Amino acid sequence: MSTLLEVDSISVSFDGFRAINNLSLTVPDTGLRAIIGPNGAGKTTFMDVVTGKTRPDSGRVLWGDGAMNLVGLSESRIARLGLGRKFQRPTVFEAQSVAENLDMALRNPRNPFRVLFAKRTPEDRTRVEAIAEEIGLVSHLGRRAGELSHGQKQWLEIGMLLAQDPRLLLVDEPAAGMTVGEREHTTDLLGRAAKTRAVVVVEHDMEFVRRLDCRVTVLHEGRVLAEGSLDHVTSDQDVIDVYLGR
Amino acid sequence: MTATPIALRPRFTLAGNPSVLWALLVLAIFTLGVTVLAEGVGAGVISTSFVKTLGKTLCLCLAAVAMDVVWGYCGILSLGHMAFFGIGGYAIGQWLMTARTTDIVAQNLAGQPLPPTPRELEQAVASQIFGVVGAEDFPWIWAFSDSLALQLLMVVLVPGLLAGLFGWLAFRSRVTGVYLSILTQGMTLALSLWLFQNDSGLRGNNGLSGLQNIPGLDQWGQDAISIGFFWASALALALGYLLFAWLTSGRRGAVIRAIRDDEARVRFLGYGVEGTKLLVFTLTAVVAAIAGALYYPQAGIINPGEVAPLASIYLAVWVAIGGRGRLYGAALGAALVSLMSSWFTGGGAPDIPLGVYTIRWTDWWTVLLGLTFVAVTLLAPKGLGGLFDLVPRRANRQGDWGPDDGAWRSEEGQP
Repeated sequence: MSTLLEVDSISVSFDGFRAINNLSLTVPDTGLRAIIGPNGAGKTTFMDVVTGKTRPDSGRVLWGDGAMNLVGLSESRIARLGLGRKFQRPTVFEAQSVAENLDMALRNPRNPFRVLFAKRTPEDRTRVEAIAEEIGLVSHLGRRAGELSHGQKQWLEIGMLLAQDPRLLLVDEPAAGMTVGEREHTTDLLGRAAKTRAVVVVEHDMEFVRRLDCRVTVLHEGRVLAEGSLDHVTSDQDVIDVYLGR
Repeated sequence: MTATPIALRPRFTLAGNPSVLWALLVLAIFTLGVTVLAEGVGAGVISTSFVKTLGKTLCLCLAAVAMDVVWGYCGILSLGHMAFFGIGGYAIGQWLMTARTTDIVAQNLAGQPLPPTPRELEQAVASQIFGVVGAEDFPWIWAFSDSLALQLLMVVLVPGLLAGLFGWLAFRSRVTGVYLSILTQGMTLALSLWLFQNDSGLRGNNGLSGLQNIPGLDQWGQDAISIGFFWASALALALGYLLFAWLTSGRRGAVIRAIRDDEARVRFLGYGVEGTKLLVFTLTAVVAAIAGALYYPQAGIINPGEVAPLASIYLAVWVAIGGRGRLYGAALGAALVSLMSSWFTGGGAPDIPLGVYTIRWTDWWTVLLGLTFVAVTLLAPKGLGGLFDLVPRRANRQGDWGPDDGAWRSEEGQP
């Protein structure tokens, strides 16, 4: 197991407020990892930095075997390198069908002229159907994504990430607003995805993190407070003080 | 379970897009009908000047369809596409004026005992064209005006380069929404102010005129020329419609619409949003310019007022009234509103005497148009095109209507 992503002492501040303070962490190339922390701990900013949305004031984000620095690359370039992101609020293209959403996300050439003249191949269709099967939306392929329930939209977005076939999946609060049954389905989805790639889940729901059963990183005020199994971090006195004690 | 048919077509076909087929059919019938009834070649029911109006309307429809793609599909509210339309008109107008004036001057000088040298001929033509702005020579901007082929190239090249440069600068710095609209208005305003100047080289506020006389086609007469341009406009509209129907179909169409709805999300899917927007912006600008190049020979005259910001706002109003996000809606809106506009402002509509005040439509038409725009925006955002949704059609829906199992099933039809 080698390192896929190495965040090397990044700092981000907005108008003097330090959202991330000298944060370093590494993500191996397969398996689940959870990042937890109270509101304002810098979880979303961390994802913004890694995916290219926010440029850090200092530090490096190294990617893959060649340790390529992602800082300064565009969002689309980073996405093409194999980094997929799921937002907290489900963001699917509501005016388009489930099938179109998945088809757009499929890993295919992204050059504008290739996109212009691309044909949907039978393999594309097979992949779309396979992913729909995986996320349990096969019978909804022809529906507009906007008609789906909240949980179904979350799965569709996870499905779009799977379609991108990324090496690293960054998932922001996947279980927010889900019923118990939907949560189990989501946990299964993420667990299966993590067999072949790295999955980083940002979450503040402890129960959900326990179900993921993975290594946990606790963020607080923009830096790593503790790292280890969930039992290990929840027994850490610092963590209890700033996070669980409240 | 059996494989569910999914809404993904492998490629663009006419059979898969019945609305395109219908639109082209309607256009073909309309073109044939007008030809049969026209003064020049048919029964003589439709006057030559009305044939020209209809031909011009088809050009406006093409510009509106282009506007619909850039705004309704890609989400870029460009308030500058009529500038590209005007540039197309100016580009073709330069050749028309030069060639026509050269013919006339050569005829006048033919009676002289000594035949004029090419230099004398050129000077005579230049003073004929540019005398109104006090110039004696061809400005640099007319360098290619003696060649139809080069000037046709300019119809495409100049707006293409301008739109490409403008779009590249704007999209690269991620200017979106209302700020981009304002920028495009600024571009149009700057262009029209520049054209208004006498030393712009395009005859200032006189504009280019006499464009209805096509050099070399004098023996045809305006009756036949008007039908020729009418057919050319219909053909251009048909081809443009097909091009844009293709562009907005399939995965490329899905990406374009996705950029309209959430461009940040499209970036995280790995697509180059800026490149795609630039492509759509430039392509639609070029098509608008081609529409303009067909429009102005039918109008006969072009002046900087045609490039003014207001023209582009009208274009957006037509598309909004017609229904953005569907190509036939845009064409319908442009046709209907521009024809009504010429009817109202041309004195066709009878004045309404109210005793103390008489409503003269020449003054009140813009007010009516404005109210219509507000009403459509508030009450019927789908516009005229939305009327076609009222036509009952076979349900081709897959899956259930509601979010969960207890909701309406597809077998039960529309809730």
